[in-house]
Amino acid sequence: MAKATREAYGEALKRLAVDNPDIVVLDADLSGSTKTSEFKKVSPERFFNVGIAEQNLIGTAAGLALAGKIPFASSFAMFAAGRAFEIIRNTVAYPGLNVKIAATHAGLSVGEDGGSHQAIEDISLMRSIPNMTVISPADGREAEQAVLRAAEYVGPVYIRLGRMAVEDVYDDSYVFELGKGVLLRDGKDAAIIATGLMVQEALKAHDMLKEEGIDARVINIHTIKPIDRDIIIKAAKETKAIVTAEEHSVVGGLGSAVLEVLSDQYPVLLKRVGIQDTFGESGKPKDLLKKYGLTAEEIVRQTKEIIKMK
Amino acid sequence: MKHDDLKVIANSMRKNILTMIYKAKSGHPGGSLSAVEIMTYLYFKEMNIDSPTDDKRDRFVLSKGHGAPVLYAVLMEKGFIGKDLIPTLRQVDTKLQGHPDIKKLPGAGVEASTGSLGQGLSIANGMALAFKLDKKPNRVFALLGDGEINEGMIWEAAMLASHYRLDNLTAILDHNGLQIDGKNEDVMTITPIDKKFEAFGWHVIHADGHCFESLEKAFEERKTIKGKPAIIIADTTKGKGCSFMENQAGWHGKAPNEDEYCRAMEEMGDIGDKSEGGGLNG
Repeated sequence: MAKATREAYGEALKRLAVDNPDIVVLDADLSGSTKTSEFKKVSPERFFNVGIAEQNLIGTAAGLALAGKIPFASSFAMFAAGRAFEIIRNTVAYPGLNVKIAATHAGLSVGEDGGSHQAIEDISLMRSIPNMTVISPADGREAEQAVLRAAEYVGPVYIRLGRMAVEDVYDDSYVFELGKGVLLRDGKDAAIIATGLMVQEALKAHDMLKEEGIDARVINIHTIKPIDRDIIIKAAKETKAIVTAEEHSVVGGLGSAVLEVLSDQYPVLLKRVGIQDTFGESGKPKDLLKKYGLTAEEIVRQTKEIIKMK
Repeated sequence: MKHDDLKVIANSMRKNILTMIYKAKSGHPGGSLSAVEIMTYLYFKEMNIDSPTDDKRDRFVLSKGHGAPVLYAVLMEKGFIGKDLIPTLRQVDTKLQGHPDIKKLPGAGVEASTGSLGQGLSIANGMALAFKLDKKPNRVFALLGDGEINEGMIWEAAMLASHYRLDNLTAILDHNGLQIDGKNEDVMTITPIDKKFEAFGWHVIHADGHCFESLEKAFEERKTIKGKPAIIIADTTKGKGCSFMENQAGWHGKAPNEDEYCRAMEEMGDIGDKSEGGGLNG
C-alpha cells in the first residue's frame, strides 16, 4: 500500500506517545503537514508548538534533552536542516544531545511549492556534522521502524521524510537495523545503491535490466551515516560498477558518501543518479522526478553505460 | 551568606579570571568581569545548587558563552572544578574550552554547550518546559549579553517563554553597553530593552549588576511574579574591577600582557585568592 514516510512518522509517534513517557514532540506551525499532530492527539501536554521559529525549535529541543526528555523536533527539511543548521550543529550535535530531528517534505517530490521549499542539500548538510546519525527511509514500514529505533538510540538523529506517497518496498517481516544496508536483489553485473524514494525506482530498474539480460544488484542504504561500508565494498568487489540513486543533489549526498567509502578502500567506476547541482521548480511530483532524471529509466540508462565502461 | 563574604568570592573570581586569560594569552576579559557579581549572587545566594549532579539543582545556562572564564571561576569557588585547571584555559586537551563544552566537563556544573550567540535562552526554555511538564520545582537561569540580543533567535525564545508562561525561568541581562565593534547604540540600537521584553510578555526588573543589595532586591521581586518569565536587566561595567579595562570595547576579547596583568592583580588587592589555586576552597 502506498504511503508517505511522513504518515508513517505520525503513526510511530502515536505509538511512542503511549509507550514512552519521556518522548516530547515539537513542531514549528506545520504539525498537520509533518504529522506530529498525530502525537498531539494522544498526548497534547507533551506536544509543544514553537510557532514559525525553527532556530528556537531546535534550541528548545536541546534544552528538553538536557533535562532528560527525548524530543522529536519537526519541520520541513528546508527549514529544519537549512535554516536551523547552525543550531543543530552547535547546540545539538556538538554536545551530542539526544535530539531527534524528523524533517519532512524533503526533496523534489514536495512538488508544486517549488524550488524554495525543496530541500536537496539536507543529507549533505546533516552528514557533514560529527556525531550526527542520518536516516533516509525507503517506504512507510521502514520509516516507522526507523523512528521507533531512533527513539531508543541515544544521540542526535536526523530522519529524512517525504511528502509524497511511496510504494511498499518491504513486507511485514522487515526488520530495520540502524547502520545496516539492505541487499534487496542480488546481481553481479552492476550494483545500484539507492536511498529514500529512489529505492523503488532501483527495484523497477532491476526488473527492466533483467529483461535485457543484465543482472543488477540493488542495495538500500537507509542509514547514510554511519554508512554500511561492508555492503558497499562487497558490491564494488563483486560487480566493479556502482550506480547511486537519490532524490538529493549529487553534491554531498548518498553518491558522495559512497564515493568516499570506495576511494578510501576499493575504487571502482561509479555514476550518480540525482539532482545534478541545480535547483528544483514547481510541478507535480511525478513530472518533476521525470524532468530531473529521478526515474527507473535513468538508472537503467546509467547502469548500461557504466557496464560498457568496465 | 553575607554580602561581605560574597565580595571576597567575587574578588577571587576576578583574579582567577584574569589569571586564566593571561595564561591563555587569549579570551574575553571584559564580559567575564562584568558578570562576576551576578554569577556570585546566583551561585552563592539564589540558586539551589550544592552539587552539580543533584537532580533537584537549579540550572544555569551561560548564553553569552564567551564569558566562559566567569563560569569556570564560579564553579571553582563552588568546588565543582579544581583551581588546578586555571593555567589550562584554551590549551589543547583542556577541560576549560574557550567556550563552555558540556562534553569536556561532564557533571561538573556546565549545563549546556554555548558560545554561538543567541541560543542559550532557547536551551533554558527547553529545560524550563521539561521541569513544568514533570511538575518539578527546579528553576532555570540564563545569562544573556546585551550585544547578544541582536540575535533574532533570542526573540523567538522570548515569545515562547511567555507563551508557555515559564515562571520557572529567569533571564539576566549583563547590560554593560558594549559589544565587539563598540557601543551598543552605535552598532545596533537595542533600546528600549525593558519595553521590548515587556511587549513580549515578560516581567522586567532593573538592577545594579555590581551591587549585591540591588541584585538581592531584584531576585526577591522575581519570586513574587507568577505565570510569566522575568528578566533582570543588570547594569554593569565591562571589564569591572580592572581600571584600564573598564568601559573599553577593546578589552572584549584581548588578553592582558605581563605588565597589564600585574597591574590588574595589584588593583584586586589581597582580598580572596592570594595566588592561583589558593582560593577559598584551595
